[in-house]
Amino acid sequence: MITGIPQSGAFRWTYRAYVALFFIFLALPLVTVCVFAFNDSVFPSLPWNGFTWAWFFGDTAPHIGVFHERPILRSIVTSGVVAFWVALLAVAVGTCNAFLFVRYDFRGKSVLYILMLLPLIIPGIILGISILVFSSSVANTLEDATGLWFDGLRPGLILVVLGQFSFITTFATLVISARLQKFDFSLEEAALNLGATRWGAVRAVTLPFLYPAMGAAGVVAVLMSFENFNTTLMLVGSDAPLTITMFDRLKLGSTPVLNAVSLLLIIVSAFLGLASLLLQKREK
Amino acid sequence: MTSTPDLEAREISKSFDDFKAVKDISFTVPQGTFFSILGPSGCGKTTLLRMIAGFQKPTSGDLLIKGRSVLDVPPNKRQVSMVFQHLALFPMMNIGANVGFSLRQRGVNKSDIKQQVEHVLERVGLGGVADRSVSSLSGGQKQRVAIARCMVLEPDVLLLDEPLGALDLKLREHMKIELKQLQAEFNTTFVYITHDQSEALVMSDQIAVMNHGVFEQVGTPKELYYAPQTAFVAGFVGEANKFVATVESIAGNAVTLRTQGGRSLQGVAAGAGLAKGTKAHVFVRPEAVRLSRSAPQSAGNGGEGIVQNVLFNGANSQVMLLDQLSGAEINVALPQTGEYRDLVKGGAVHFWWETEQTRVYARD
Amino acid sequence: MPVTDRSKLTFYLLLAPLLLWLVTLIILPHVGMFIVSLREKVGVREYETSFANYAVFFNEPLYWNTFARTAYMSIASTVLTLLIGFPISYYIAKLTRGRTKTTLFLMCLIPFWVSELVRTFGWMILLRETGVFSGVLQYVGLADAPVEMLYNDAAIMVGLVYTSMLFMVVPLVTTLDSLDDSLIEAGYDLGASGFAILREIVIPHAMPGIVSGCIVVFMLSLGNYLTPILLGGKDSLWFTGLIYSQFITRFNWELGSAFGFLLLGLSSLIVFVGLKLSRQSLGKTMAQT
Repeated sequence: MITGIPQSGAFRWTYRAYVALFFIFLALPLVTVCVFAFNDSVFPSLPWNGFTWAWFFGDTAPHIGVFHERPILRSIVTSGVVAFWVALLAVAVGTCNAFLFVRYDFRGKSVLYILMLLPLIIPGIILGISILVFSSSVANTLEDATGLWFDGLRPGLILVVLGQFSFITTFATLVISARLQKFDFSLEEAALNLGATRWGAVRAVTLPFLYPAMGAAGVVAVLMSFENFNTTLMLVGSDAPLTITMFDRLKLGSTPVLNAVSLLLIIVSAFLGLASLLLQKREK
Repeated sequence: MTSTPDLEAREISKSFDDFKAVKDISFTVPQGTFFSILGPSGCGKTTLLRMIAGFQKPTSGDLLIKGRSVLDVPPNKRQVSMVFQHLALFPMMNIGANVGFSLRQRGVNKSDIKQQVEHVLERVGLGGVADRSVSSLSGGQKQRVAIARCMVLEPDVLLLDEPLGALDLKLREHMKIELKQLQAEFNTTFVYITHDQSEALVMSDQIAVMNHGVFEQVGTPKELYYAPQTAFVAGFVGEANKFVATVESIAGNAVTLRTQGGRSLQGVAAGAGLAKGTKAHVFVRPEAVRLSRSAPQSAGNGGEGIVQNVLFNGANSQVMLLDQLSGAEINVALPQTGEYRDLVKGGAVHFWWETEQTRVYARD
Repeated sequence: MPVTDRSKLTFYLLLAPLLLWLVTLIILPHVGMFIVSLREKVGVREYETSFANYAVFFNEPLYWNTFARTAYMSIASTVLTLLIGFPISYYIAKLTRGRTKTTLFLMCLIPFWVSELVRTFGWMILLRETGVFSGVLQYVGLADAPVEMLYNDAAIMVGLVYTSMLFMVVPLVTTLDSLDDSLIEAGYDLGASGFAILREIVIPHAMPGIVSGCIVVFMLSLGNYLTPILLGGKDSLWFTGLIYSQFITRFNWELGSAFGFLLLGLSSLIVFVGLKLSRQSLGKTMAQT
């Protein structure tokens, strides 16, 4: 903090007011979404018709709450399944990548590193269509050649998982690499010196050191997968994850049940986000 | 002297919440003086310096530069420049832009800036480096650029916030001399804060020893060394053997005391508050103690000691003696004549020091 | 030597998943997409290699107008995000400390952990005719009929700035945090005004953060689909919308792939130019976000 620069009172108060306005700007849409989850009206808009829990627990049309909306419940499960596989794959591959980039020097390393970062600068929608185009042509070729069906290569959950995995892995790699870089290699040497095998040393010393980062990467992966829209939109089949279901409802206009889902999402996201921060803090 | 001092503080204080960092300090610094504020970390010297620079507003008191109060002058308008602890050279600019920074702020035209920058760089012995980047300089050169950057404005007072702290020992020794020479060259008032007594002693015309927010003593290096007025100064400036003793009699300046171990000491009263029967602190510098093979016959304090340890460190070697009479431990600087090179642990030797070198302070 | 053999084996085992991921999910799909974009349909399942799809893009004003509009709207949203986010980042990095700093920073992060869909939904409720702003304006008497604030460029801009804010604030706070306070004090001590310090010391120091923030925000705006479609309405004319309709509605994958490649080209070009101008590497820039 810079205490030494005297500023005029007016300037200081204007600045503070600006900062306050900024945070109102940040909070406004989220607060609005949450508030209208409790409006006893069939549209998520004014006027305010009084408080209700119907958009959470209601079971008679048109007041059908989240917990009685089959399509939404199903898409939450779908999102959960997708997020689980994406996180698992991304953390596994990310850990391998971290070891490779931190521990090994090889020809073409810098090229591979740049390639590894590329998914960050490819717009999600393009990542989606390129995987869609590629998997379809592979499927066409295979089907022409064998006469069998390859449903896994057609739009659907497998492609959604692969599409999200393709860029979330980069984040996982960065998070885990950063942690591995801080690892004191002499700890592993000490384990070897005390008679451990190489794999034993990694398992006993290095991996436990990486666990918080792997955990944080996993949480981040779940969070990113859950809220991903662009890539998923291009690869989705008949089973839609939550964001896609919500998007379709939103375009058509929906009851405040969407607000209720959003409120739950906000709570879960904030919780997961804080969890990932706490995990990363524990590293220190 | 009749001319107005460059810097004057009048009962200046600074409090942070409940904590009083600087308590009613008054002092004057005449033009062209190298004035050091010496004190342990946390004594308030940095706060004092930042008040002079204008980065902190005093809670009470007044601050005058060239006789004019500057309390309401913001730091960017004060005729005071500061060399920061880590120099704070701007890494985003080359050396010339760094040195010319303040001139640019005043709207001096480009060719004048260039000329003045080159001139001041030459004065610090770094002509022709204006186009190079800051990172290409060595630690000592950076120091000189930082000073040049301040001096280009010809400030009334240059403040230096422990700028030598980050340098390694050899370079620090060298820079002490160089700083002193630069100060003489520019003939500007320097206010230098440090916790390193040797920096202060070597460079300063005047030193203020600061502790717990007050000046314990202000004086020349010699005064501080030979005639410290408080126990803190005696302990902080130079090294000292410290004994606790009870006052047995006082006659004018002369004090007779007895230590806990039973040794009688003759000393001079160096501060107020001494009274018969009270406990007092006695300070004796290791370099004031003489060694001899036989018992000395002159007045003063002395006795026989057993060598506990010889700490050989070239010119700064010391020997630790155990006073056989009182059981007290006494550090003695080993004379550099080679006369006592045969001293070994367990050997016996006589020690002796003058009454005037035995400074007695009341215990507070 | 058995040891080196084993470590070689480990190396290849570690290399395999990386290569599998990059080759099958990144490289081959993009090569494949490029090949598809060069196909011209001449009959049922009959194709010829040509630049016909790219020619369609350049000959149809709607297409390249949309492309140009997407680009400059993205630039505008990037500049706006920077202008709004910089004072906030400076406030968090330099004018607060300890608990307050952590809290403010967290308050910046939380909205972005929430799905973009939810955030956009929030703006829809605020801006639409029956929405909160319209209601408030009528209530205080500034409007006597419902005001539609949705489905225009300003609404898109609000949504884009909101959605991208975090990616500007985080790198800015990181770089500003690393600016030594004594540099600012030194500038002030040497007679600089607040504005001169900002221009000569703060901004040059924050440049890496500004560049990486701008690159990321630009890319995100360019590739955004949700915000323009939901806040801008059917006629929002966003390039990603064109790609979507070619793929999903018209089923013209050849043209859609060509569009995709053009968007990818523009986005890569901007990233490349940004990095060159600021003399930074991709790795370092991305590590900041």
